[in-house]
Amino acid sequence: MVEISTKEETDYCLIEVNGEVDASSSIELDDAIKAALEKKLNLLIDLQNLDYISSAGLGVFISYLEEFKENERKMILFGLKPKVREVFEILGLQHIIKMVETKSEGIDAV
Amino acid sequence: MQYKLSIPCSKTNLEKVRSFVAEVLNDTQLEEVECHKIILAVDEVCANMMIHSNGCNPSKKLDIRVEHEPLKQLEFIIRDTGKHFDIKGYNEPSMQEIVSSKRKGGLGLILVKRIMDGIEFSTDKNYNICKLTKKLNFEV
Repeated sequence: MVEISTKEETDYCLIEVNGEVDASSSIELDDAIKAALEKKLNLLIDLQNLDYISSAGLGVFISYLEEFKENERKMILFGLKPKVREVFEILGLQHIIKMVETKSEGIDAV
Repeated sequence: MQYKLSIPCSKTNLEKVRSFVAEVLNDTQLEEVECHKIILAVDEVCANMMIHSNGCNPSKKLDIRVEHEPLKQLEFIIRDTGKHFDIKGYNEPSMQEIVSSKRKGGLGLILVKRIMDGIEFSTDKNYNICKLTKKLNFEV
């Protein structure tokens, strides 16, 4: 089960993802990112409380990379737990998705 | 040691699959990150079989059996009566292809192949079977 909340700040949109993102819940993450992209804001995604992500969730992030690039906006993930980060790294996603440790590093990067 | 789980082909049951595998892994000496990867690999195969072989039809069942040879290996045998998957006809897409096509799928099997030591698909009578193997390399 996943819980997602979205908060709009002046320079960016903050999405907080709590729980587990799998094939049954990835649609919720998809909806949240799509809505943020429509606002044409940079996006910070707080994954501090994300305990699990499967390929369905990773696929959501990847599917929006081109659109963020086309819109000249940034998508930055922060606070990944080591076990979650490992999943991104198995596919080498640390090279194509910006990931930082803390929220303040994320704010500096947008 | 042998463990079994039988569940309807509904994506909401993936959570049960993960809990079941986590319980099995409690009996190994694997570290959390390693356990997490194995749970993910089994979840990916089950999700694929539920979605692509059985069309998420909850009247169809998925049977998972785990054979644990302590300190040697784990074998996950996942069985359904759905459509057979031909891994020989599967061409792994590159990450560049996935990114530029903006598609959300295509990553699951890549993860499974990188996490597990073996992945085999076969058929037996009316059953479609996927066998995943993970070697447990502990210093004795």
